[in-house]
Amino acid sequence: MSNQILERPKSLTQKQFHYCPGCHHGIIHRLIAETIDEFDLREKTIIVQPVGCAVYIYEYFDTDVSEAAHGRAPAVATAIKRVSKGKFVLTYQGDGDLAAIGTAEIVHAAARGENICVFFVNNAIYGMTGGQMAPTTLPGMKTATTPLGRDVKKQGYPIKVSEMLAPFEGVSYIERVMVSSPKHIIKAKNAVRKAFKYQLQEKGFSLVEFLSACPTGWGMPPVDAAKWVEENMTKQFPLGVYKEVGLDD
Amino acid sequence: MAKVVIDQERCKGCGLCVAACNFGNLRIGENFNSKSYKVSEFVGEDCKGCGFCYMVCPDTAITVFRDEKVEVEK
Ligand SMILES: Cc1ncc(C[n+]2csc(CCOP(=O)(O)OP(=O)(O)O)c2C)c(N)n1
Ligand code: SF4
Ligand code: SF4
Ligand code: SF4
Ligand SMILES: [Mg+2]
Repeated sequence: MSNQILERPKSLTQKQFHYCPGCHHGIIHRLIAETIDEFDLREKTIIVQPVGCAVYIYEYFDTDVSEAAHGRAPAVATAIKRVSKGKFVLTYQGDGDLAAIGTAEIVHAAARGENICVFFVNNAIYGMTGGQMAPTTLPGMKTATTPLGRDVKKQGYPIKVSEMLAPFEGVSYIERVMVSSPKHIIKAKNAVRKAFKYQLQEKGFSLVEFLSACPTGWGMPPVDAAKWVEENMTKQFPLGVYKEVGLDD
Repeated sequence: MAKVVIDQERCKGCGLCVAACNFGNLRIGENFNSKSYKVSEFVGEDCKGCGFCYMVCPDTAITVFRDEKVEVEK
């Protein structure tokens, strides 16, 4: 029986992910790896990794990977893309990495219209270091550093990265997605494919923002955490396409 | 007919696949793997090969085998 198989994509190594049970980083890894396979880009891809829970991404992707200092992935990716002819370059970054310590690098890479893909995993928290508040933490959300909930009078309002970057002329494509259910995972996969195409057609900077569950940092069982993304995160961070200049197809 | 195979050592018992299957084919059973996670089990008679469980699994523990093309990934 059975000639149609859905299985672990080839662009992932056999190494088991170290992520907590139900962490959406693993789903997002798989979508990117499947797309690398579909476009046959494994030998051309260079991933620039974040500091954060995904710091071990070089163990998981069977592609080239470069480290970058915390938040500096867009600057490192800029250099790699500019000096390496024919390479496919992407960054994978958390919200602490991209929207706190790396704010300058992401803003300028977007403004310059660097021809790279950025995969931005927004879980509204610093997962790796023990669940501290991130710039993306929701108002009222409890974290290790906002035990009474984020008070916008004291800690300010969340940064909306997709909305912030979309107006730059150099930006070709930005979409915010989530991976909380099969329906949304299919949509998220299409967004990843589109971002790939924007780079392949040399249209400039593209970014996919994933609303992502961190069951451990949020103190929730995995199924509840996925529901929490849908019910709470999407109110603060509405899904949708924020920029799309159009593909050649 | 279709079936799924779950890699017991990759599974972390998160239960996302159990919640995603509309046909009750999966459950967290009583077996532990070597890392002491209670793992997901395929108990179904009625697997459609829709791949929902594969899609939601954060640990790529699930492989889906199916006879013909099922139009779910479009
Ligand atoms: C220069 C520097 N400052 C601070 C840290 C500590 N640190 C490690 S990961 C991290 C935040 C990670 O959060 P995020 O990017 O949201 O990733 P997540 O773990 O949530 O996926 C911080 C502050 C560091 N490693 N290096
Ligand atoms: S701390 Fe959060 S983001 Fe990090 S692996 Fe665990 S669930 Fe995932
Ligand atoms: S392939 Fe579909 S029907 Fe079969 S076990 Fe997975 S979710 Fe259930
Ligand atoms: S989704 Fe994957 S890791 Fe989670 S219980 Fe199912 S098979 Fe195990
Ligand atoms: Mg984070």
